[in-house]
Amino acid sequence: MISQFLQNMFKHIDSFLLACLLFALLVGLLVLYSAAGQSFARVNAQLVNILVAFTVLWLVSNISPQHLERIAVPLYVLGILLLVGVALFGEISHGARRWLNLGVTKIQPSEIMRIAVPMMLAWYFAKREAKPRTVDFIIAAVLLLLPVALIAKQPDLGTSLLVASSGFYVIFLAGLSWKFLLGGAVALGAMAPVFWSMLHDYQRRRIEILIDPTQDPLGAGYHTIQATIALGSGGSTGKGWLNGTQSQLDFLPERTTDFIFAVFGEEFGLVGCLLLLVLFTLIIGRGLVIAVQAKSTFSRLLAGSITLNFFTYAFVNIGMVSGILPVVGVPLPLISYGGTSMLSLLLGFGVLMSIQTHKKLVASG
Amino acid sequence: MMRASTELKNYQYEQYDFRLRLAVLGLGVLLGFSLLAARFYYLQVYQYDYYQTLAESNRISVVPITPNRGLISDKNGVVLAHNFFVYTLEITPAKVKNLEVTIADLSKLVEVSSLDLKRFKKLKAQSHEFESVPLRTHLNEVEAARFAVNRYRFPGVELKSRLFRHYPQGKLGAHMVGYIGRINDKDLANLEKANVLSNYKGSDHIGKSGIEQSYEAQLHGITGFQQVEIDADGKAVRVLSSTAPISGNNLNLSVDSKLQEIAETAFGDRRGAMVAIQPATGEVLAYVSMPTFDPNLFVDGIDVDNWKMLNESLDKPLINRPLRGVYPPGSTFKPFAALAGLETGKRLPPYSISDAGYFTLPNSRHRYRDWKPGGHGQVDMRRAIAISCDTFFYGLAMELGIERLTDFVRHFGFGQKSGIDIEGEMQGLLPTPEWKKRRFKQPWYMGETVIVGIGQGYTLVTPMQLAQATAILANKGQAIRPRIVSAIVDAKTGVAKPTPKVLVDKVQLNDKNLEIVKLGMLDVTLPGGTAASVGANAGYAIAAKTGTAQVIGIKQNEKYNEKNIDERHRDHALFIAYAPADDPKIALAVIVENGGHGGSAAGPIARKVMDYYLLGKSPQPELTPISAEVATGEEPAQAEPASQQTQEEAYHD
Repeated sequence: MISQFLQNMFKHIDSFLLACLLFALLVGLLVLYSAAGQSFARVNAQLVNILVAFTVLWLVSNISPQHLERIAVPLYVLGILLLVGVALFGEISHGARRWLNLGVTKIQPSEIMRIAVPMMLAWYFAKREAKPRTVDFIIAAVLLLLPVALIAKQPDLGTSLLVASSGFYVIFLAGLSWKFLLGGAVALGAMAPVFWSMLHDYQRRRIEILIDPTQDPLGAGYHTIQATIALGSGGSTGKGWLNGTQSQLDFLPERTTDFIFAVFGEEFGLVGCLLLLVLFTLIIGRGLVIAVQAKSTFSRLLAGSITLNFFTYAFVNIGMVSGILPVVGVPLPLISYGGTSMLSLLLGFGVLMSIQTHKKLVASG
Repeated sequence: MMRASTELKNYQYEQYDFRLRLAVLGLGVLLGFSLLAARFYYLQVYQYDYYQTLAESNRISVVPITPNRGLISDKNGVVLAHNFFVYTLEITPAKVKNLEVTIADLSKLVEVSSLDLKRFKKLKAQSHEFESVPLRTHLNEVEAARFAVNRYRFPGVELKSRLFRHYPQGKLGAHMVGYIGRINDKDLANLEKANVLSNYKGSDHIGKSGIEQSYEAQLHGITGFQQVEIDADGKAVRVLSSTAPISGNNLNLSVDSKLQEIAETAFGDRRGAMVAIQPATGEVLAYVSMPTFDPNLFVDGIDVDNWKMLNESLDKPLINRPLRGVYPPGSTFKPFAALAGLETGKRLPPYSISDAGYFTLPNSRHRYRDWKPGGHGQVDMRRAIAISCDTFFYGLAMELGIERLTDFVRHFGFGQKSGIDIEGEMQGLLPTPEWKKRRFKQPWYMGETVIVGIGQGYTLVTPMQLAQATAILANKGQAIRPRIVSAIVDAKTGVAKPTPKVLVDKVQLNDKNLEIVKLGMLDVTLPGGTAASVGANAGYAIAAKTGTAQVIGIKQNEKYNEKNIDERHRDHALFIAYAPADDPKIALAVIVENGGHGGSAAGPIARKVMDYYLLGKSPQPELTPISAEVATGEEPAQAEPASQQTQEEAYHD
C-alpha cells in the first residue's frame, strides 16, 4: 500500500538524474556552510530553497510534455508582459531595474524567461510540420531577441546572455543551417564593436578588467584576483573543508553566491574541481540521453536546450571565477546560494524528468 | 504511402540531424569542461606556489606591539618622564577624499583649535600620505565617545588610544631630561645605520634630546610582535603567535629635582647655566640651562607658534647651555693656571710680585692692565687667587709658555669633552700654537699666551667642562667621567644596576700646592675676597673663584661702563666653587650670561644650591639675593689716566 503510494509518487522521477542532483546539492550545502563562516543560517535558508524547488520539480515532472507544450505560449506572453512591466514600474536595486513588486511578493520576471523562452521556441518549431525554413528561423530569432533585449536593458547582462543562449540552443537543434550559423558568427564578430559601444560603462570595465585584473586590484579586479588566489592556493588536494583561508577570512567577495566555486576550489583543490566537472558532465550526459530518447520535437528541443543551458551556466560561472570569462552575475548551478536560481534550475530538471518519464507512459499507453 | 514515407524520412532525417547537432554540442561541453580543467591545472598545480604565497601574505600579518618607554626619575624617585594613555584623533591623508571637509566636519564633533590645525599641517607636510597624523590629542571621554558614534562617517579617521610621553615636571630640567618627538626621515636613516630599524616598527616616537636621546637604547625597550590572521579589511581575526614586548628600562638620575628647582628659581629670568657634580663619584647633582622650556610641547610635534616663539627668542631657550654654550672662562681659569705654576715650581712660595696694575712683555710698551688700576701691591699666589690679580697670572703664563700651560690644564678637562652621558657636548677650546696655525694660518704671539693666563683670548669652555674641572680640583686631580644617570633599572627584573664610575685621568699633584690653591679659593669667599658675600654666614667653608668674561671688545680709549652697554653685551658672570672645602661634597660652575660680576651675579646662585645640598636649607623667597654690596674687590676702576689707555688691552674682572 505504502510502497504503491511511493511508487506512484515517484513514478515521474528519473532516479539517475535525481541521484546526481542530490549529490551536487549536498556538496553545495557543505561548501555553503564553509563559505557562510560555518553558520547554519545560510544552510537552513538554502535547505528551504531546495525543498521548495524540489516540490516544483516534482509538480512539473508530473505534468506531461503535451501539457507543457500547451502552456508555452501563455507563459511566454506573461513573461514578456512582466518584463515590460519591469521596464515601466520596476524597482531599482543596485542600479538595475530587475524586480517587479506585485504587492504580495517581488518577482524577477527575467527568471521566468529562462524556461519560457526555450519552451516558446520549442513549441514554435514543433508546430512546423516540415523542415523549418529560413523565415521560421527569422521569426524564432525575433521571439528570442525581444525578451533578451528587455532583460539586457534592465541591465542584466548575465541573464540576458543566458536566455539568449537557451534560445540559441533550440534554434540550433531545430536545424539552423550551418552556412547561416557560420555567416551569423562572422556577422556577430563584425557587430562586436557596435555591441561594445552599446554596453554600459561598468560592463565594458568588467571585460577590460578580465583582460588585466591588476588594473584595478581593489576595485573591479578584486573579485577576480582574490578568486584566483583562492583557487590557486587550493593546490591539487585543497586546504580541506572549512580550512580555506581566503574564504574563511573574508577575502572572497560574494562567496556564498556567485563566487562559491572559489571556496570549493580552495578547500577541495584540483581533485575536487575535476570531480565536480565529472558530476556536472554526468548530469549533462543524462540530459542529452533524455533529449535523444525524447519522442516529440517539442520535448527533444526543450530537453536539449535545458541540458545545454545547464552547461552554459556552469561554464560561465566557473570560467568567471577562474578568471577566463568576465565577471557576470551568474550563480553556479546547484551549488550557489539563492532561491530564484534554485527554483528555475530544478524546474528545468523537472521538465527533463517529465519528458523522460512520460515518454514511456505514452509508448506503453 | 508516398506521403507517409516522406514523413518518415523527414522524421528519420530530423532525428539524425538532431543527434548530430546534439553530438556537436556535447563535444562542445567536453571541450568547455576540458578548458576549465586545464585552467584548474594551471592555477592549482602549475602556479600553485605563486598563489600559495599570495594567500599566505594575504592572511598573515605581523603586527608590532610597541613597548612601554622606560621612566625617568630623579634620585628621590620623583618622576621626570612617564607615560599615560590618551585618546588621539588621527587622520591618514591618503584615505581621506576631501581633507578640508573632513576636518570641518570633525570640528563639529570635537574641538579643533587653530593650534591643532597648524600642528597637523606641519606634521602632514613632514610625513607620508599613508601615515596617520594626529589632528587632536588628549581627547576627553565625551569627545572620544562622540567621535566613536560617528566613526562611520569618517573613513581614514581613527580614534587611537596611545601611550603618551609626559614630563610632569614641565620646564624643570628640560634640557637634561630632553624630549621625544616623532620619528623623521633622519631618525629612520640613523636607526637603519644602527641596524635597529625593525625594533621601531610600531614606534612613532624617538628620543630627540637630552637623556631621552642619549639613553634611547635603554628607554625604548624591545618591540613585541604578534602574528595575526587578518581579513581583507586588515582586521585581526585570530592571533597565531605572540612575542610580548619588553618595556624600556627605567632610569634613575643622580639629580635631585628639588635642588634643580632651587637652582632654576635662583636664576630667575636671567640666562645662563649651572652644573653641580659630586666630586667623589662624578654624579651630576643639578643640570641647569636657563631659560628653559616645556618639553611636553614637543612630544606630538610642536605647533608653529610655540616653535617660532622658542626658536626665535633672543634668549635662545632651546640651547642646551651646559653642553653647548661656550664661554671664555675668565678668571675662573686662574686656580688651574696657579696649580700649573706651582707644580712646575715657577711660583712656589715665597714667590711674590709687586703689582703696579699692569704687565708688559720684555721689549714691548704694550700694557696688559690689571682690573684694579694702580695694582694690588705685594701679591703672592694665595692672594693672587683671592683678589684675582691679573698681573700675577700674566707673568705666570708668559713664563710657563703656552704649551706647558695648556698641557697641564688639559688634565682638568679643558679643551675636551667631559664624556657626560648626554649627547651633543661641545669640546670647548684650549688654544695652542698648532691650533692657531691650523685655524688661522698665523704664528702664535707671546701676547696671546699672556692673556690665556687669565682665561681670556681664544680659550672657550662649556659650563659642563668648568664644573668638571672644579670637581677634578676638589678631587685632588682625579678625573671621574661625569654622569647624570646613576642607575638603570631593568624593566623585567626590577633590579637597579648602578652606572659604573669611570676614572678617566689622574694628574699627580703635590698636596702642598693643592693646599695653596685651596686657601686662595677659600679667601675668595672670606672678607676681602672677590666673593666675600657668598661665603658670609655659610656655616661651611667654600672654595671658590669668580670670573667675568668679556662679551664685546672694549676699545683702548674706552672704559667698560655697565650702564652704557646694551644688556646683551654686558659681561658674562662666572663662578666656580666646591664645598665643604676640606671634604668636598659638591663642585659646581655657574654662568650668568650678561650678568656682570661673577661674585655678585653667579655667586648667590651657587650659594643657594650649596646651602640646600649641604644643609638642606631652602632659600627664603622674601630674602632677595645679597647683591650690590658684594663685589667689594671687583668694582671697576674709576677714570684712568688718558696716557695709559692708548696701547692697552683691558680685561675687566
